[in-house]
Amino acid sequence: MSRHRELGLTDAEYELICEKLDREPNAVELAMFSLLWSEHCAYKHSRKLLRRLPTEGASVVMGPGENAGAVDVGGGRAVAFKVESHNHPSAVEPFQGAATGVGGILRDVFAIGARPIAVLDSLRFGEPASERSRYLLDRAVAGIGHYGNSIGVPTVGGEVYFEGPYEQNCLINAMCVGLAPRERLIRSAAAGPGNVLVLLGASTGRDGIGGASVLASAELDEADESKRPSVQIGDPFEESKLVECCLDLLEDDLLVSLQDLGAAGLTSSAGEMASKGGVGIDIDVARVPLREADMEPFEVMVSESQERMLCVVEPGRLDAVRGRCARWEVRATAIGEVTGSGRLRVLDGAEVVGDVPVAALVDECPLYDLVPAAPTAPLYPTPIRTLTGDDPREALLALLASPNLSSRRPLFQQYDSIVQSRTVRRPEQADAAVLALEGGGAIAMSIDGSGRRVACDPYVGTMAAVFECASNLACVGAEPLGLTNCLNFGNPEKPHIAWQLERAVDGLAEACRALDVPVVGGNVSLYNEGTEGPIYPTPVVGMVGSLPHPERAGRLGFAREGDAIAIAGGFHPSLPGGELAKLRGEPLPDRLPGFDAAKVRAAQEAIRDAVRAGELSSAHDIAEGGFLVAVAESCLAGGVGAALDLGPSDEPWTQLYGEGAGGFVVSGPREALDRFAERVPLDVFGTVGGDALGVAIGDWSFGATLSELREANSALAPLFP
Amino acid sequence: MKFGVVRFPGSCDEVDAQLAASRVGEAVLLWHGDRDLQGVDAVVVPGGFSYGDYLRAGAIARFSPVMESVFEFARDGGPVLGICNGFQVLCEAGLLPGALLPNVGLRFVCRHVDVEVVDADTPFTRACARGDRLTIPVKHTTGRYHPPAEGANVVLRYAPGHNPNGSEQDIAAVSNEAGNVFGLMPHPEHAVDPLTGSTDGLRLFESLAAPVAA
Repeated sequence: MSRHRELGLTDAEYELICEKLDREPNAVELAMFSLLWSEHCAYKHSRKLLRRLPTEGASVVMGPGENAGAVDVGGGRAVAFKVESHNHPSAVEPFQGAATGVGGILRDVFAIGARPIAVLDSLRFGEPASERSRYLLDRAVAGIGHYGNSIGVPTVGGEVYFEGPYEQNCLINAMCVGLAPRERLIRSAAAGPGNVLVLLGASTGRDGIGGASVLASAELDEADESKRPSVQIGDPFEESKLVECCLDLLEDDLLVSLQDLGAAGLTSSAGEMASKGGVGIDIDVARVPLREADMEPFEVMVSESQERMLCVVEPGRLDAVRGRCARWEVRATAIGEVTGSGRLRVLDGAEVVGDVPVAALVDECPLYDLVPAAPTAPLYPTPIRTLTGDDPREALLALLASPNLSSRRPLFQQYDSIVQSRTVRRPEQADAAVLALEGGGAIAMSIDGSGRRVACDPYVGTMAAVFECASNLACVGAEPLGLTNCLNFGNPEKPHIAWQLERAVDGLAEACRALDVPVVGGNVSLYNEGTEGPIYPTPVVGMVGSLPHPERAGRLGFAREGDAIAIAGGFHPSLPGGELAKLRGEPLPDRLPGFDAAKVRAAQEAIRDAVRAGELSSAHDIAEGGFLVAVAESCLAGGVGAALDLGPSDEPWTQLYGEGAGGFVVSGPREALDRFAERVPLDVFGTVGGDALGVAIGDWSFGATLSELREANSALAPLFP
Repeated sequence: MKFGVVRFPGSCDEVDAQLAASRVGEAVLLWHGDRDLQGVDAVVVPGGFSYGDYLRAGAIARFSPVMESVFEFARDGGPVLGICNGFQVLCEAGLLPGALLPNVGLRFVCRHVDVEVVDADTPFTRACARGDRLTIPVKHTTGRYHPPAEGANVVLRYAPGHNPNGSEQDIAAVSNEAGNVFGLMPHPEHAVDPLTGSTDGLRLFESLAAPVAA
């Protein structure tokens, strides 16, 4: 009687299902509804809000609603990309959770016919002082590497932050970028009654049963160990064959449509294909190749076994498809057919074991209005103070050594960043990854998000994340073309979480409009809470842009002794909510200063043009830690020191360590910077050279050698012996 | 000069190797299931995770039909270049001495390293001079070379401080006794273009393509 509640459906939702079926659902149907009507599949608390995002743009080839979005990059080529979360599986089993997160996002991209050419990841953990956080970090990084490395797709960028509120509920977001001839892109809508439904790839087992509802749509609690069987197991070898096989099938135009199997398995894939095509589908579970002989029909329909794809094939091409799959050693099984009934029917041999209207299953889940209310008391604990004293040099070294700012090399060197021979800018060479394209030109990509700043101010913090992503692209000379996002939030049924979500989406929409960057796809991950409260609200944005000349892609490291160093862009930093404030144990402020979006955009465009013209030796966005940390990073990346004289200052702490949008550290010949100053506010502060960073500001004069900076910045290395 | 690059299920760097080889000659892919080597002058066994590296890195690929032809080709003195997983395959196949063990750090490592040319008198290094230092990336989990008791002909060594995996005697590359089969853990095919960071790897392909003068 309360079976539907165990599966995560409310009483009202259950009654609605009965109404739509005109009877009570049987066990198979109930399992299917419970998954497709879960938050993870139906976006029931976020769909209305997401309509506020701008999705139109000149370069958009495919927008939200397909497996991945795609933008035109010229020359008849399209770039597809999407970011997706795999948070709860990773909190339960980090290696497989992270690995299958990568596997899943790769399938989304090759499902639309694009070859995956890059992976980026965005990770959040509790403080590394915690043993659990170190375990999750270590295993998640290993899992991402295991999948990406084995399948031959380079992991070219990413970000990771450590904050107390992620202690129980880590975040694992993975983004995949793919490349395709524009006319090769394929949609997922099933068509043509009588056409055959073919399941490709791995056999179906009991792994991942109920993953979308049990894991992805509920808060984590103490009993998570028992959820391990809900986590899928990845097999990158199977997927590498599947990628080549699917791209080969599309090359010869053998498929009507193609769809990956992800959350909710066959139910979701077949349901969505039928819904988009306005058709029906019959599936015979008796024909699905199984890992275990005694699986129930409902288990077959909802299994989240990995490395499977579903395609629609015209009967006359079935033999050709089978032959091609045999060559790639990929299993291909006809498991059903497209019908004109508008119903998803599940057969077990001759017996009908489930029969539901496609529309009810896929499109008619009730959508809920959020009931947002701004919090009246602080939601998050004050960070623990780790920096005492009042010495600016000590602060610099502490910032460089802080888990959020220290070098990511121990992580990214576990990822193959160079396979496929396109990687022009790898991690630590530039603010964004740059990949050269066959036939000329290049694309750049970056992924960003700052949960703490969004916790302080969901609207401004989210805007800032989008602008930082665009700034990263500007620093390599790229113009943004499109954006994907993953909204990681707590329980939306709680008014203050609903408020965070709504304000963040509004900030995201405003930033996209201000930059003319359309949202081409994304993902929402809610209920990210542990027993000690919600995570920091964490909208993660991934952006892709293009640049004409890969050989001129910008670098972040200082390059030439004697170059002038300047701060460019109208930079108005502030300390509250920043990294230094965290180290000092200051409470989160309840808002952040806004910024002039038009001015920041103008600065980004000026930087982009100067990089493309080859005028700058280096360009680096000022982000966490502020101006002086950015300068130190440029010193470390270039292996050369710098002498700075910032003159008199009323607020040296803010000037050196304050954060905000729209500031850049650039270097180049003095004449080039003087020319550049005609386009953008710019102050020359110093000179590149020597083997130390020296700073004079107001009454302060301090410095650190490159080796001192490097040692401080290597603080994460001991975690990966 | 016609290169043939073997493609196994799970190979990752076969297209990269084909691109690199095509900078100095013609390059075709050889399907694992075919015994026909298409009349190539040199065979490249590329990097990646052939057959998922299940059982043991390189252990299954050696049983592919194409490898029967590669055995014959090598026995007849044809040059065979094994890169990373290809090196592992050639060791498993007994075409090269020794074995590759998990890195001392037990982690995948991807970074540029410097190697020194120890033997410039092989078909793979004759465009180099003894003592030349090359910057080439590595990327592997199972690259710690363990030579047989009687030793191996060392062709490249990691420069001091650059050994990424704990290889004995800093060995990065070895050849068979005849000198026509060569395996290395670094990826020369990823160091052939200034755009992507280094062109030092190209010299190994140039060595193969160069007419034999002496």
